Amino acid sequence: MQKAAQYSLLLLFVFSSHFSSVFSQIEVCKTCPIKTIKEGIKQAKPHQKVTVKAGVYKEHMILIDKPITLFTNEKVTIDGEDKDDIIQVLADSVTIDGFKIINVGSSHVTDYSAIRVDRSKHFLIQNIELRNIFFGIMLAKAKHGTIRNVNVYGDAVHQHSSGNAIHLWHSNHILIEHNTLVKSRDGIYLEFSDDCIISNNLSKDNLRYGLHFMFSNRDEYRNNTFENNGAGVAVMFSKEIQMHDNHFQFNWGSASYGLLLKEINDADIVGNTFEQNTIGINVEGTNRINYKNNTFKRNGWAIKVNGACYENVFTQNNFLYNSFDVSYNSKMNNNSFNENFWSGYTGYDLDDNGFGDIPYRPVKLFSYVVNRTPNTIILMRSLFVDIIDFSESVSPAFTPDNLMDERPLMKQVK
Amino acid sequence: MLKILKYSFYDLIRSRWSYVYLLFYLILGFVLLFLNNDLSKAVITLMNVIIILVPLIGTIFGVMYYYNSKEFTELLLAQPIKRSSIFIGQYLGVALSLVMSLVIGLGLPFVLYGLFESSAIWDFSLLLITGAMLTMIFTALAFNIALYNENKIKGFSYAILLWLFLAVIYDGLFLLSLIIFETYPLDKFTLIATVFNPIDLSRILILLKLDISALLGYTGAIFNQFFGTSIGLFSALGMLLLWIILPVWNIKRKAQKKDF
Repeated sequence: MQKAAQYSLLLLFVFSSHFSSVFSQIEVCKTCPIKTIKEGIKQAKPHQKVTVKAGVYKEHMILIDKPITLFTNEKVTIDGEDKDDIIQVLADSVTIDGFKIINVGSSHVTDYSAIRVDRSKHFLIQNIELRNIFFGIMLAKAKHGTIRNVNVYGDAVHQHSSGNAIHLWHSNHILIEHNTLVKSRDGIYLEFSDDCIISNNLSKDNLRYGLHFMFSNRDEYRNNTFENNGAGVAVMFSKEIQMHDNHFQFNWGSASYGLLLKEINDADIVGNTFEQNTIGINVEGTNRINYKNNTFKRNGWAIKVNGACYENVFTQNNFLYNSFDVSYNSKMNNNSFNENFWSGYTGYDLDDNGFGDIPYRPVKLFSYVVNRTPNTIILMRSLFVDIIDFSESVSPAFTPDNLMDERPLMKQVK
Repeated sequence: MLKILKYSFYDLIRSRWSYVYLLFYLILGFVLLFLNNDLSKAVITLMNVIIILVPLIGTIFGVMYYYNSKEFTELLLAQPIKRSSIFIGQYLGVALSLVMSLVIGLGLPFVLYGLFESSAIWDFSLLLITGAMLTMIFTALAFNIALYNENKIKGFSYAILLWLFLAVIYDGLFLLSLIIFETYPLDKFTLIATVFNPIDLSRILILLKLDISALLGYTGAIFNQFFGTSIGLFSALGMLLLWIILPVWNIKRKAQKKDF
């Protein structure tokens, strides 16, 4: 009995000492015994919380090699003084919360970044502001992490000397949400990264793409806004990507797209809005993609198909006042365009079933002419062009004759 | 000159055709707005109508008015009035009454449907300015044709032909030449060729408003500078102004020399 009591006492002692180390937190401030974040991390035991008090900390290469929480709820700036990586996460279960990180070094050899997560799992990075960066947050072979509420304000000028705001390389199951990414090279870049979810982000004024997928499968992005980026959003060489309820707007320029699809199979593009882009969606080599409930409004080209696209289905979309609804560069067509609303449709619905009685041909002859001789764009909306478009639509000679909406909707899809 | 302007103006205002013209625009405006209730979309439709219809009506009205009031003109010529003021006065009378029909006919429905609270007001004012300028240009061209041709039938046919040429045939030839010479750098040619056709110029003004996203899809430095900045808008408006001034100046010159 006495022995048991002794044991339990010992057990209690062991536990309490362990717990006290977990619950007690390490404080870092300019007047504390621990003055640098590096020192704070060194002193911390696994699963302990390191709280940083207000101030500017000129540190770089802060290595986090054990599972800790690096936290602040005050105004803390970590200044990397343009040297190299600022924070490197090398352990699992690390949380970084509440910092402003500035001045990442830039290099043509190494991808310096504000926060680098290397081969770690279950990390959480949130409430971070990054300024004057090269790469912002870099994940390399990381898994099951969350990046939330990160605001990146880059100052990229040239593509070759700038980095991406959030960069994923071989990283799976990452959640990226509620971030604002401005003026970097790519807003978010995924390479070989599967099963990620990207939602509610704002990505704008980036030099290259707002969001960029390369060789990444089964990812999902929804409710994001992509605005005024160099070339919009690019999804390349990827499979089974889900694209829902995003806004693509004001991507203007000769090589500028709302969305660029290249070598994409089995994706769903649902409920997105494309507004005033030079090209809404540029499609090349895509198979079995469902386009549903999207709205294309006042784009130069709503959809530009550049060939090698098979068994794509466009249905229940709104095409509103685009200069060109659909543009094709060949006479072949294997895609279906039924049951969409086209603002250019002039037919009637005598049997009152909600579908127009005569088919609509979205590909205009003039879009062919413009493809061939781009200068002719200056003749858009000319009466002569309307006449040749009309005669082509009566008897198609250049446009794919089976490319038509046989059941065009009479009312806009809500 | 003002007196003759006033006389022609009142004469035309009282004529049936002005009312028909006014009524046409009123109905067009109301019907368009009634059908879709969306101001900016109605503006787009009207732009298409205006660049074709306004020149046609301007030409026909101009020629018609000149031939109809010929006897009166000859009577005036016997009086001690400067020739230039007679003809310029008549021209302005016709042009201004047409402009008035256009502005009232289209303005009224749009104002009633809440133009001033809408974002389409700039597009709409551009539309009216373009319409007014096209009226002035084509009435002046019609007066020129009439001055050069005593024969009514010939004058009418030339006027219709002029409209047909500028509205349709010119663009056809333009398109053809662009396709035939596509291997050459055509940026400058394209921009210059548009300048020689007032209908194309007005069309481009409208394109700048509506299809700017498509226009920027073309990679050409000159194009991008023209379309991407306000240079395009102002140079097109300036060229339209020149298109008014030159024919009017020619009316004056021809009227001075013509033997009646």
